[in-house]
Amino acid sequence: MKKFISGNHAVAEAVRLCRTQFVAAYPITPQTPIYEKLSEMEASNELKGSMMRTESEHSAMAACLSASLTGVRAFTATSSQGLALMHEMLHFASGCRTPVVMACVNRTLAIPWAFWSDQTDSLAQRDTGWIQIYCEDNQEALDSVIQAFRVAESVLLPCMVVLEAHFISHFMEPVEVPEQELVDKFLPPPDIPKRFDVTHTGFVGPVVNQAQYRSFRHLSHQAMEYTLGVLEDVDREFKGIFGRGYGLVEAECVEDADLVLVTTATITSTARFSLARLRKKGMKLGLVKIRVFRPFPTKALRSLLDGVSKIAVIERNISLGQEGIFCTELKAALANSPGNRLIQGYLAGIGGTDVDPDLIERIVMDALAREEATDGPIWMMGEGT
Amino acid sequence: MIVDRGPHPEEILRSGHTACPGCGVALGMRMVLRALGNRAVLVVVPSCVAVISGPFPHAAIGVPMFHSAFEIAAPTAAGISRALALQGQEDIPVLAFAGDGGTFDIGLQSLSGAADRNENIIYVCMDNEGYMNTGIQVSSATPQFTWTGTTPTGNTRRKKQIMEIMAAHRIPYAATASIAFPEDLANKVQKAKKMRGTRFLHLLSPCITGWRIAEDMAVKVAKLSVETKIFPLYEIEYGVKYTVNYNPQNLPVDRYLEVQGRYRHLTTDNKMTIQAEVDRNWEDLMNRVARTSPD
Repeated sequence: MKKFISGNHAVAEAVRLCRTQFVAAYPITPQTPIYEKLSEMEASNELKGSMMRTESEHSAMAACLSASLTGVRAFTATSSQGLALMHEMLHFASGCRTPVVMACVNRTLAIPWAFWSDQTDSLAQRDTGWIQIYCEDNQEALDSVIQAFRVAESVLLPCMVVLEAHFISHFMEPVEVPEQELVDKFLPPPDIPKRFDVTHTGFVGPVVNQAQYRSFRHLSHQAMEYTLGVLEDVDREFKGIFGRGYGLVEAECVEDADLVLVTTATITSTARFSLARLRKKGMKLGLVKIRVFRPFPTKALRSLLDGVSKIAVIERNISLGQEGIFCTELKAALANSPGNRLIQGYLAGIGGTDVDPDLIERIVMDALAREEATDGPIWMMGEGT
Repeated sequence: MIVDRGPHPEEILRSGHTACPGCGVALGMRMVLRALGNRAVLVVVPSCVAVISGPFPHAAIGVPMFHSAFEIAAPTAAGISRALALQGQEDIPVLAFAGDGGTFDIGLQSLSGAADRNENIIYVCMDNEGYMNTGIQVSSATPQFTWTGTTPTGNTRRKKQIMEIMAAHRIPYAATASIAFPEDLANKVQKAKKMRGTRFLHLLSPCITGWRIAEDMAVKVAKLSVETKIFPLYEIEYGVKYTVNYNPQNLPVDRYLEVQGRYRHLTTDNKMTIQAEVDRNWEDLMNRVARTSPD
């Protein structure tokens, strides 16, 4: 059924459809409508199970991961400061191999205080061992939550579904909300380990020695690598049932491109528009959208970009003192590619500033004219600075 | 005369654990777990309890357990408790052990949150009055004038009144207990086990190393803490109904202080200040008990 809903409500619909048994959450703008909608669903008995209204995001994640270790399907949602406060527990969730699913609505981190879209909050959780999926629109947010539970419960790793403040969280779009029967078919009840079975005593989280620590990390890394294939398989199966698929990465017109734009999340939609407009003018432009950030889809990106001579990475985040985080990651992924290429990072959209077609076209012109890349990022400064 | 006390209860804390010899915390764990029984789930957080539980691949505790992060014993136990209930196993008690650092200091917020929600957990604070696992540093459970590694000339703050804080949450049950009064301790664990909602036990747990006492002194010092009224044995139901479980001998506090190296530097004035504080606290407790009683 098509519904005209915000991205936040699309996420809540997905959580309901997944028959999520345990939700623990704490309010933070711009995530709060997810929490409120889930509370409404609980009150109307559409969402059955247990809802813990915690006193902090840190406790929310603590409770989600312990509930997950007990064997139930667990979900939370947060943004920005809340995610930063959760940071410690994110490591626990992945270290314990719990398939917790979280929606993270990207929001600027203080200070300065602000409420706008900026991906640095979720990207700063890069090394916590969470699968990360970046969504382009409301439909993808809904679909990705459903996929996330399937993937997480298959590989026993937690998964973060990332949507941008306002552009997705609060903007309304027509969204296909799938039938419950179809979701049930795709996502059966959780079949995950029950770590606290009183007939089988065990100790989750004991102290280990150096070599044991290395072994556990190795196992977790292998699980992450294995997850790439699972993400693809699950996406393919999802497409078979629901008619929509997204892949690890998505490419448009890359084959003959002189310049490929690399984007994530909502900037992708605008880039698609610019691409069509500039292609009409005869410019050979391509576009690659990175959807999955962890595990990083190196192989998929190399197969698309190994033969491309110019790449412009446009992004809404920064690792201060370096550059946009996707740009650094992409450069690392292509380090072993044959031949030379120019990879230029453009910081556009930092702090939730508009990335409109004109701005993307300015980036295109700059990249096409450029003979070599700068070592640092190029800041696209516009109005309001 | 031989008194028949029935079959010996199962020990949940096994021999081979890694506590210091004579440890008051290990004794308290043993008593609490034995009274709780083997159908239970245990949460521990960084503290002496977590160390005592044993390094991988060994486990000294005979019930399923989880060693989570420092400040979240309560919500971690609550997550398990709720998930067990979702699976039709609400009869299995979930017990959290945390130290005084994990309770009075870093875990107070999350404990307050869990108590406010009246989560169905038993929370046991093993209070050894400092960060002993990291080598004797001051916490807000450390009494006034006490020597620790971070208060080398004596602690300037008074001990935080955690029982009053827990009572203010109006939780169904809060009680103090001591390893020197094992039957009272076991009764309290079993009483707590029969109730639902947030139940809180406060155990004063002498630390051989941190309190500068001999290996055979933990129980004796615990006994003195009760008999001097420094650590009275009482319980609070629903935050308002106070009951004193043991009438102390009212020994002077010096009897408790003089056997511990951490108080070696105390002046007579210091000791008088402590005695006055203890007397005031006891009077306050008596007033609360009197307010409870209809007569």
